[in-house]
Amino acid sequence: MKSVLDELESRRAAARLGGGQDRIDAQHRKGRLTARERVELLLDPHSFEETGMYVEHNCVDFGMAGSKIPGDGVVTGSGTINGRLVFVFSQDFTVFGGSLSERHAEKICKMMDQAIKVGAPIIGMNDSGGARIQEGVASLGGYAEVFQRNVLASGVVPQISLIMGPCAGGAVYSPAMTDFIFMVKDSSYMFVTGPDVVKTVTNEIVTQEELGGAITHSTKSGVADLACENDIEAIFTTRRFFNFLPLSNREAVPFRPSHDDPSRVDMSLDTLVPTNANKPYDIKELIHKTVDDADFFEVQPGYAGNIIIGFGRIEGHSVGIVANQPMVLAGCLDIASSKKAARFVRFCDAFNIPIITFVDVPGFLPGVAQEHNGIIKNGAKLLFAYGEATVPKITVITRKAYGGAYDVMASKHLRGDLNYAWPTAEIAVMGAKGAVEIIFRKDIGNADAIAQRTAEYQAQFANPFVAASKGFIDEVIMPHSTRKRIVIGLRKLRGKQLENPWKKHDNMPL
Amino acid sequence: MFNKILIANRGEIACRIIKTARAMGIKTVAVYSDADATALHVEMADEAVHLGPSPAAQSYLLGEKIIEACKATGAEAVHPGYGFLSERAWFAKALDDAHITFIGPPANAIAAMGDKIESKKLAIKAGVSVVPGYVGEIADDIEAVKIAKDIGYPVMIKASAGGGGKGMRVAYTETEVREGFKGARHEAIASFGDDRIFIEKFVEEPRHIEIQLIGDKHDNIMYLGERECSIQRRHQKVIEEAPSPFVTPDMRRAMGEQAVQLAKAVGYYSAGTVEFIAGKNREFYFLEMNTRLQVEHPVTELVTGYDLVELMIRAAAGEKFSFTQSDIKLNGWAMESRIYAEDPYRGFLPSIGRLVRYQQPKEFSSANETVRVDSGVVEGSEISMFYDPMIAKLVSHATSRHAAIDLQIKALDEYHIQGISHNGHFVSAVMQHEKFRSGTFTTAFIAEEYPDGFHGNPTSSESKQKLMAAAAVMKVLTIRRESLIDGQLNGHDAIFDDNWVVTLDKMQTSVKVMELSNEFTVKAEAWQHKIITGWKVGSPQFKALIDNEALTVEVDYKSVDVKLSFRGASHTISVQTPFAALLAGYMVEKIKPDMSNYLLCPMPGLVVSIDVTVGEKVETGQTLAVVEAMKMENILRAQKPATVKEILVDKGQSLALDSIILTFE
Repeated sequence: MKSVLDELESRRAAARLGGGQDRIDAQHRKGRLTARERVELLLDPHSFEETGMYVEHNCVDFGMAGSKIPGDGVVTGSGTINGRLVFVFSQDFTVFGGSLSERHAEKICKMMDQAIKVGAPIIGMNDSGGARIQEGVASLGGYAEVFQRNVLASGVVPQISLIMGPCAGGAVYSPAMTDFIFMVKDSSYMFVTGPDVVKTVTNEIVTQEELGGAITHSTKSGVADLACENDIEAIFTTRRFFNFLPLSNREAVPFRPSHDDPSRVDMSLDTLVPTNANKPYDIKELIHKTVDDADFFEVQPGYAGNIIIGFGRIEGHSVGIVANQPMVLAGCLDIASSKKAARFVRFCDAFNIPIITFVDVPGFLPGVAQEHNGIIKNGAKLLFAYGEATVPKITVITRKAYGGAYDVMASKHLRGDLNYAWPTAEIAVMGAKGAVEIIFRKDIGNADAIAQRTAEYQAQFANPFVAASKGFIDEVIMPHSTRKRIVIGLRKLRGKQLENPWKKHDNMPL
Repeated sequence: MFNKILIANRGEIACRIIKTARAMGIKTVAVYSDADATALHVEMADEAVHLGPSPAAQSYLLGEKIIEACKATGAEAVHPGYGFLSERAWFAKALDDAHITFIGPPANAIAAMGDKIESKKLAIKAGVSVVPGYVGEIADDIEAVKIAKDIGYPVMIKASAGGGGKGMRVAYTETEVREGFKGARHEAIASFGDDRIFIEKFVEEPRHIEIQLIGDKHDNIMYLGERECSIQRRHQKVIEEAPSPFVTPDMRRAMGEQAVQLAKAVGYYSAGTVEFIAGKNREFYFLEMNTRLQVEHPVTELVTGYDLVELMIRAAAGEKFSFTQSDIKLNGWAMESRIYAEDPYRGFLPSIGRLVRYQQPKEFSSANETVRVDSGVVEGSEISMFYDPMIAKLVSHATSRHAAIDLQIKALDEYHIQGISHNGHFVSAVMQHEKFRSGTFTTAFIAEEYPDGFHGNPTSSESKQKLMAAAAVMKVLTIRRESLIDGQLNGHDAIFDDNWVVTLDKMQTSVKVMELSNEFTVKAEAWQHKIITGWKVGSPQFKALIDNEALTVEVDYKSVDVKLSFRGASHTISVQTPFAALLAGYMVEKIKPDMSNYLLCPMPGLVVSIDVTVGEKVETGQTLAVVEAMKMENILRAQKPATVKEILVDKGQSLALDSIILTFE
C-alpha cells in the first residue's frame, strides 16, 4: 500500500513541475507566473481541485511519442472565489509552449461541460503558442470543440478570459466569444495573423504589441475589456470582478452586505450639471456617488469613452451601469459606443443584472465615416439590446436627451421601468438652435427673429416637464436624492417578471 | 446698529463675515458672479445679487453695481472683505456719497496708506523707520534698472496697488530687473487695473511680522498684538501665527506704538494692519499698511478673544469701544494654515476644477483647544481660474506653540479632498519641520528648506509601521466583508490565516494580524501596534486608536494596493498573502517612458506666448513658453540645452494638464 501512495505523490510532483524548473524559471524571468501559480492565486487558498492532471497527448508523429508531459499543457479544475464555485483552465507555457493538442482541448471541454451543467462561471487563462502543429487537424478540431462550448455556455454561465501570454490565430476566437477579456500589458497579445504575415501580405510593418497588445485592444479595437499591469494585478482584478457576477443565468445577482446608507443624499450632485449647457462634466462622479461605497468596476475604460459601462452595487446587490460621458465627444452615440454598450446591456440582461442608465446625450455623431461604417445598424444594436432586455431598468436623464438617441437610451418606450429626470433635463427632438432653424427656415437671415424663436423654443422644451406631461418621465427628481430613488426603485422591482414572445432566438442587427 | 449689510466679496471671507453678522442679528446680502452662482456665500446670505460675468473686473470690482445692489436691497453698509474693493478709496467715497456706510477705514486713510509710495512718505513723516527704496513712479524698465543700481542689489519690484504676492518680484541682476519689471507691470494691470510699480531694497533673511490695529470713530485706536507671517512661498503667505516666537514684550510694545502713531496720523478707524520687516537684531522697518481685514485675522481673534469683524461693524456704526489697550491680553498660541488649490508635488502649480469630494477637519472648542475652519466651499464647489486659489484656512489654538502645532497636524490629516490637488501635505510637513518648531526661521524658510520642491514629508519609521499596521487591519476587514457574499459552497468559506506580507515603498515586512475583542494586534518581528477602529470598508478615512492615540489616515483605493496619506506624505501599500508576496517578486518593474524630449503643460491654463521657433537651439533656463493659470503667469524654461523640433500649440490656446506644447530633437 505504502508504495502505491508514494507512487501517487511522485506522479503528482512530476505533474506539478510541468515543463521543468528551467522553463518555470524562464517564465518567471519574463515577469510571468506559471499556470499553477495563476490558478492558486486566483482561487481561495487551498480550494483548487485539479482534474485531468495525468492526461497526456496521443500524438505519435514527429517524435512526439517519446515526449509526453502529464497535464499536456493545460491545468484544469474547479475551486472557489470567496467561497463561490468557479471552473478554471490555465494554459501552461512551460509544456510544449502551451500549445493546444486534441487532449489539451478535451480537458478544457470537460471542464466547460461541467460548469454549464452545474451553473458556475468559467475563467480561462490563456498563454499558448497556438495549435500543436505536430497533431495537425486534430488540434484544429480541438479548437472548434472549445468554440462550440463557448457558444453553448454564452448566456448560461459568465465566461471570463485572461490573456497572459500569446494568443494567436484560431486561438483568439475562444476568448472572443467569452463575456470579458482582461489582458496583461507588455506580455500578452492577440491577433488572427501576426506581424510577419501582415508584412508579407500588406507590407505593413508593426510590432506584436502595436498589432495586438493589451493597450491596442483596450483602446483601439475594443477587443479587450481591461489592460492590467501584470499577472498579479490581472488576477486580483478578476477576483474583485467576480464578486459582481451571478454564478449563472439561473441565479439572482450576488448580495454582499454594504455599510453605505441606502438613503444617503449627496447635496453636491445638485451642482454637478454646469449652468452652461455646453460645459462638460464628469458623469463618473454621479456613478461613484450613487453606488455603494463609490465602488464602481468600470469595463472598457479606455475604449469609446463617450459611454461608460461597468458594475456597481446598490444596497449590496450588483447592478450594471450605462452612462453617457459628456467629457468625451459631448457624450454622443457613435458606432463604437453603441456596440460597447449594447454588448454590456445584453450581458446584464442575460444574467439578471438590473440596468441603471444615466442619460446626457446630444444625439448620434454625424459624419461620412459614421454613416459609411454603418452607424445605422450599429446604433440599432444598442436600441435592440435595451428593447429586448427584461431585467429591471431604471433611467435617469441628467441633461440632454435629444432625438433618436433619447429613444435609444433606455427610454420609457423601450419598457423602462422607472424613468426619472433631473430638473436640468432637456428632452427634445434636438437642441433649440437646430430646431428653430428648421421650423423657421424663412427667418434664417433675421438674427433677431432667430434669437427670439430660439429663446421661445428653449423655454418651452428645454425642461423635463413636457416629457413628464406625456408620461415619458415618471418623476422629476432632485439630483441629490438620486441614490435614494434608485434604491427604492430596485427594491420594488426585485420581483419583476417579464417575458418576451417565444422565439428560437432574435435576429438582432449584428 | 445696521439692519442689513452687503458683503462685497466671495469665498471664505464672505462666509466668515456673514457668520458674525448673523450672530449680531444683522441681515446679509451676498453678491456673485456667473462662476459663483451656486457658491456657498450665496447660499448662506439672506439675499443675493448677481453682478456679472466671472472675471473680477466684470463683477466683484464693479463698485457702481454694488452700490446699486445696496439700494435695491436696502443694505445700509458694505463690508468689503479683503482684496477686490477693500482698499479702493474711490469706492469708500462713492459709498459715502450714496449714504451707505463703508465697513472699513476712512477713504482718505485708504488713499494715503493703500498706495505704497504715499504710505511710505507718510510713515517717514510719522517717525516710523522704513526700508530704503525709491519713492515715486517708474516710467520703464530702463529707469527701473537705474534705480535698482542706486539702491543696490538685491531689489524688490512691486505693484503699487498690489497685495499678497501678486506682481511682486525679487531681482539680483540687471536682466532680472528688466524681466521682473515687465512681468510685474503686466500682472499689475491684469490683477489690479493699475500699472504703477515701485522698487526698494530687499532685506535678506527677514521676518515678516505685522501688527493688528483696531479703532473706533472716537479716537480709540489700539493694537491687538502681532502676527508672524514669515512662512511664505513666492511672497504668498502660507502659515501665520500669533504671537510671534521672535517678538519680545518690548519689541511688541515698540511696534504696536509705532503702528498706532501711524494710524493716528491719518485719523484711522476700523481694522488695519501695519506690516513690518524685522531683522535678526529685532530691528524692524515699516513695510506697508493694509487698510482692511487681513486673511490671517483669525489667529489674532483666537489669542485676543475679540471678533474683528464684529468690531469693524460696531466701529462703522459709530459705537464706542468699551475696552482700552490695557484690557488687551494675549492668551495661548494660534496657528493658521492656508489651504490652497495647488499641487505641492508638482511645483505648487495651481489646480482648478470641481471639489468632487470635500471633507474638512471637525471644528471644536474645548477649555484648552480650538480648531476653527474658515472655508467658502462645500463638496461640489468649483475652484475656478478667475479667483484666488485659497479654499480654506485651518486655525488651531492651544496653550502653547507646540500644542497648537500638534493640534494643527492632527486636524490636517482630516482633510479629504478630491477633484483638485491641495497643499495639505506641504503645510503638515512644515508643521513637523524641526526648524519651524524651534521658531528660528525667516521668510526664506520654504525656499531654503525645499529648494528642489516638495516630495512628501519624510516619514518616520514609527509612522511607517503604524501605516503598515493600519493597512493590514484594513485588509483583514476587507476580506472579512468579501466573505459575506452569498452563494457560497457549504464549507468553502475563503480561509486566510493570520500571516500577511505588507509592502511599503518596495520594502516587504511579514506581519501577523490578531484580533481580541475588537482590538487588533499587528505584530512584526521588530514591532507591534494595537489598533481599535470602527472603519467601514470603502470609507475614505481610516479613523482609529493606534496604540491609544486617535489618528486619521486618508485612504485612496487603487486596483490592488491602497494609497494611505498621513502626516504630510502618501505611501502606496499592498497587503498580500505570503504566497502572493512571493509571486509579486517575479513581476517586472515597468520603466516610465522618457518624456524629457517634450515640453508638457504643467497645469491647465492659457498659452500667453510661445517664445521659441522651430529649429531654434535653446539653453538651459531659457524661456520656452508662458502659460497663465489663476492670474499667475508661469514661465516654462528649458531644462537642458536642446533644439526645438515641433511646436504643437498656438498662443491663446487653452491647454489641459500634460498637453504637449513642443518637442525637442
